[in-house]
Amino acid sequence: MSESIIKIENMNKWFGDFQVLKDINLEVERNKKIVVCGPSGSGKSTLIRCINRLEEHQKGSIIVDGTELNEDTKNIEHIRAEVGMVFQQFNLFPHLSILDNCTLAPIWVKKLPKKEAQDLAMKQLEKVQIADQAQKFPGQLSGGQQQRCAIARALCMEPKIMLFDEPTSALDPEMIKEVLDAMVNLAKGGMTMIVVTHEMGFAKEVADEVIFMDEGMIVEKAPTKDFFANPKSDRTKLFLSQIL
Amino acid sequence: MTQKLKTNIYLGSILIFISIIDVSLNSFYKINFTNFLPDTISFLLPLILGTIGLYLIRYDYTGIKRLDSLNKNVNTSNFNALLTLLIIFIIIKSIPPSMSWMILDANISGDSRDACTGTGACWTYIKVWFKRFMYGMYPNELHWRINIAFILVIALGLIGLIKTEKLKKYLPLYYVVIYPIIAFLIIYYLISGGAFGLEWVETGAWGGLSLTFIVSFFCLIFCFPLGMILALGRRSTLPVIRYISIGYIEFWRGVPLITVLFMSSVMFPMFLPEDFFMDKLVRVIIAITLFEAAYCAEVIRGGLQSLPRGQYDAAKSLGMGYWKMQTFVILPQALKLVIPGIANTFLALVKDTPLIFVVGLAELAGMLALAKTNPEWLGFAMEGYIFASIIFWIICYAMSKYSYNLEAKYKTER
Repeated sequence: MSESIIKIENMNKWFGDFQVLKDINLEVERNKKIVVCGPSGSGKSTLIRCINRLEEHQKGSIIVDGTELNEDTKNIEHIRAEVGMVFQQFNLFPHLSILDNCTLAPIWVKKLPKKEAQDLAMKQLEKVQIADQAQKFPGQLSGGQQQRCAIARALCMEPKIMLFDEPTSALDPEMIKEVLDAMVNLAKGGMTMIVVTHEMGFAKEVADEVIFMDEGMIVEKAPTKDFFANPKSDRTKLFLSQIL
Repeated sequence: MTQKLKTNIYLGSILIFISIIDVSLNSFYKINFTNFLPDTISFLLPLILGTIGLYLIRYDYTGIKRLDSLNKNVNTSNFNALLTLLIIFIIIKSIPPSMSWMILDANISGDSRDACTGTGACWTYIKVWFKRFMYGMYPNELHWRINIAFILVIALGLIGLIKTEKLKKYLPLYYVVIYPIIAFLIIYYLISGGAFGLEWVETGAWGGLSLTFIVSFFCLIFCFPLGMILALGRRSTLPVIRYISIGYIEFWRGVPLITVLFMSSVMFPMFLPEDFFMDKLVRVIIAITLFEAAYCAEVIRGGLQSLPRGQYDAAKSLGMGYWKMQTFVILPQALKLVIPGIANTFLALVKDTPLIFVVGLAELAGMLALAKTNPEWLGFAMEGYIFASIIFWIICYAMSKYSYNLEAKYKTER
């Protein structure tokens, strides 16, 4: 059994009076792929946003790669540099070219020389097959291309963990596949991944474990095969019957 | 085209033509060829004829391009047709008197008041006072110092046009920090003098358009960075910084500029130690800068607020700290969005500079106010103010054109 890279214990989070996450316990081992699913409003996105502290939790602890997330700012930026994140709305920087989107953080956060950062960026863009679009601006690309660029941008920081927040939900159906392909390739490369998604095909293909969340709680957590073959909770069964 | 339509169009056009000819003759040559009619009818005839004419040519579709667009845009109803004619006639009527005042009956020759014999404008006044309007009370033989200082400052400002990869990195630093300092030193030592063997000229003697430029220039380059910091401060999560920024902005937006200027020159020195001296012009520039920075801050804040939260999330998730995020991701986008608003603020700033007259500094409009009370040149305020309006209009129009260019240059698709 290998060590856990993410360890969440009794984590609780409130938005005002509303409790979004209730007693979350989760351990993710290195190189594992976790898929998080559940109905909207169940706290899936909030959970992974807590892992790189885009949201702050109020109770419990989150330990990422041996560092606990707390008020210490220096820590946070260090953690964030090691945890890549891909968003539903891509969130590319529209004023920068695709290449500059990818080199910005390596140059200014990791202090790589410009040339080196560009080589690295081209390599990552190559992997997601949009190297030929490097000089264009995000607004000139299709949704699928933008999302693949966002993946490349996160990879340029050479993160240890990748978080995906519904990466295909804002895409046209025919573009979903190209993004999923890029993610499958990444998974096969051995990246630790936590993916919030409704793409059950993707879950079956790459996930080691599937987590089902509802109303801010982890309802079920099981190895992929068991999760789909014989879900234990009724709530999970209902959910699966609706989306499969 | 049916026969009836054709007849109507010809008839209508002729009626409109007659009405315009009538007004033009009346206006330019004082001929009234309808004076056999009663006065009121004669006066209203062109309007009546024109309206009937426009009524006759009003068709949904005729196939004649010009006519169709005329019908669609101005000739949509009798009332609109009447308004259109009224506006055209007023323009025709007002051309001759203004032309004759400004050009035909105006004087420009000579160099004293006696040269102005015509009933029109006296441009001699502007000609004689031109140097004063440009340089204020600055000694005539030293005007070259102002000219050279301006040329140097403009030349240094154009350095940004040289596009070398190596230099590019330092441009923001250059424009925000180095350039203002160099420009200040040039203007201070060259125009003010007192060193390098140059005769000292006190700032009270500076004036005219050159002073307008100096005040606007320094206020513009200082108020922008200050406004940016205040805008960021107002959105800070640290309560102390946020409340200081809010307090600052609300204070300066709440007081009239004229009181600020007055305070800066009358009240401010009272709080300073006896032997501490700060030039009046410097105090005025600081006062206007602080005042306008509050406006800039609110404009920039508008831009910051219009950026989606995802941009902040993305920058943070890449490990960028606050300043890196603002410098490379947020501000470049926000500033692009606020170009029209900033241009607006800057134009208002330039047009506010005449207010420094209240503390005894006479820039262009101030010089006019002085000149019009000169006993030898009484009664030419009109010429002076028209002259100043034209100059201000040129400056402001150039600025607004420039802002359009910037907007086009930095336009990106979202």
